[in-house]
Amino acid sequence: MSFLDYFRSSRKPSAAIAKERLQIVVAHERARRNAPDYLPLLQQDILAAIRKYVPIDDDCVSLQVDRDGDMEVLELNVTLGEQVRVARN
Amino acid sequence: MAKIVVITSGKGGVGKTTTSAAFATGLAQAGFKTVVIDFDVGLRNLDLVMGCERRVVYDFVNVINGEAKLNQALIKDKRVNGLAVLPASQTRDKDALNKEGVRKVLDELAESFDYIVCDSPAGIEVGAQMAMYFADAAIVVTNPEVSSVRDSDRMLGILASKSRRAENNEDPIEEHLLLTRYSAARVDKGEMLSVDDVLDILNIDLLGVIPESQAVLNASNSGTPVILDEDSDAGQAYHDMVARFLGEEREHRFLTTEKKGLLRRLFGS
Ligand SMILES: Nc1ncnc2c1ncn2[C@@H]1O[C@H](COP(=O)(O)OP(=O)(O)OP(=O)(O)O)[C@@H](O)[C@H]1O
Ligand SMILES: [Mg+2]
Repeated sequence: MSFLDYFRSSRKPSAAIAKERLQIVVAHERARRNAPDYLPLLQQDILAAIRKYVPIDDDCVSLQVDRDGDMEVLELNVTLGEQVRVARN
Repeated sequence: MAKIVVITSGKGGVGKTTTSAAFATGLAQAGFKTVVIDFDVGLRNLDLVMGCERRVVYDFVNVINGEAKLNQALIKDKRVNGLAVLPASQTRDKDALNKEGVRKVLDELAESFDYIVCDSPAGIEVGAQMAMYFADAAIVVTNPEVSSVRDSDRMLGILASKSRRAENNEDPIEEHLLLTRYSAARVDKGEMLSVDDVLDILNIDLLGVIPESQAVLNASNSGTPVILDEDSDAGQAYHDMVARFLGEEREHRFLTTEKKGLLRRLFGS
């Protein structure tokens, strides 16, 4: 390794960043592609239900169906934003 | 039974037409009667890459519309026996291709050819969908670059859901990856996604890796499929890829940079 390479190696190679970004976006797009048709509507309903109690943004609810062999799992993630915790204090 | 192979990608300009010309020529060299069809209606280019642009009289759309017989539109290659080109039309009519018309032409071609190679246009619109709909196998041409890899993944999704095989619940389309414009030097420097990176993401059979090569431009300048340039790196890589498609096992080449000479190693480069 040359003297210059020593400094260069402290930066992450751009190809590694490219790979990470691709893995995320591709996984996301595959999940959406294989999602059942009812998913967007269900997501809207869940959003509406939660909003009766807490104000949240549209992107705070994520829904996804994972398949593992014969098993299907509906995964629901709800993130409550900062302002909610502040409001509780 | 003829086998229909689509050369597809999603993203434009990645090397589909270059690959279609080389692959079809390689299959014919291996003794299979092969026809290569240009599905890029409006932007025909396969004729130039194959070097038969001055012999185009009728085209694919003329045949679909019954304005010409298939035999009048097919251009027999003068260099390789058993190879023919069906050129695209330059019409601006986007609906010139329809499933029924395409199916009739493919059925008729299947009577006299072993392989039907379909050069898909870029994108995921009608033209690209027509090119892949009847396919038995797909070669997904990808550059080691983020948008190309992402588009290839989307194309794999379409192959699995919107093809004749998918709609009839038949065996899925055979999927192969062809990585093109690969620069081992840039991969070594960490500037370009490596073969393994791309395989980790797309996770399909690797048919070959075609290096970034001056020979490709030379070949298209003169209208000779690059596979006929036997001494070139790209020509050899295409030969390997055809052999693998036909079931032969061959080690992948051109994945590493040439060994540096002693002087260059001592003084760096
Ligand atoms: N391995 C390679 N090395 C160097 N240049 C290449 C290589 N493969 C393709 N090219 C060049 O890239 C350009 C695009 O190639 P080509 O026309 O085959 O792509 P395409 O996918 O058919 O494009 P389109 O989507 O527009 O139909 C051409 O100029 C071609 O010479
Ligand atoms: Mg093309």
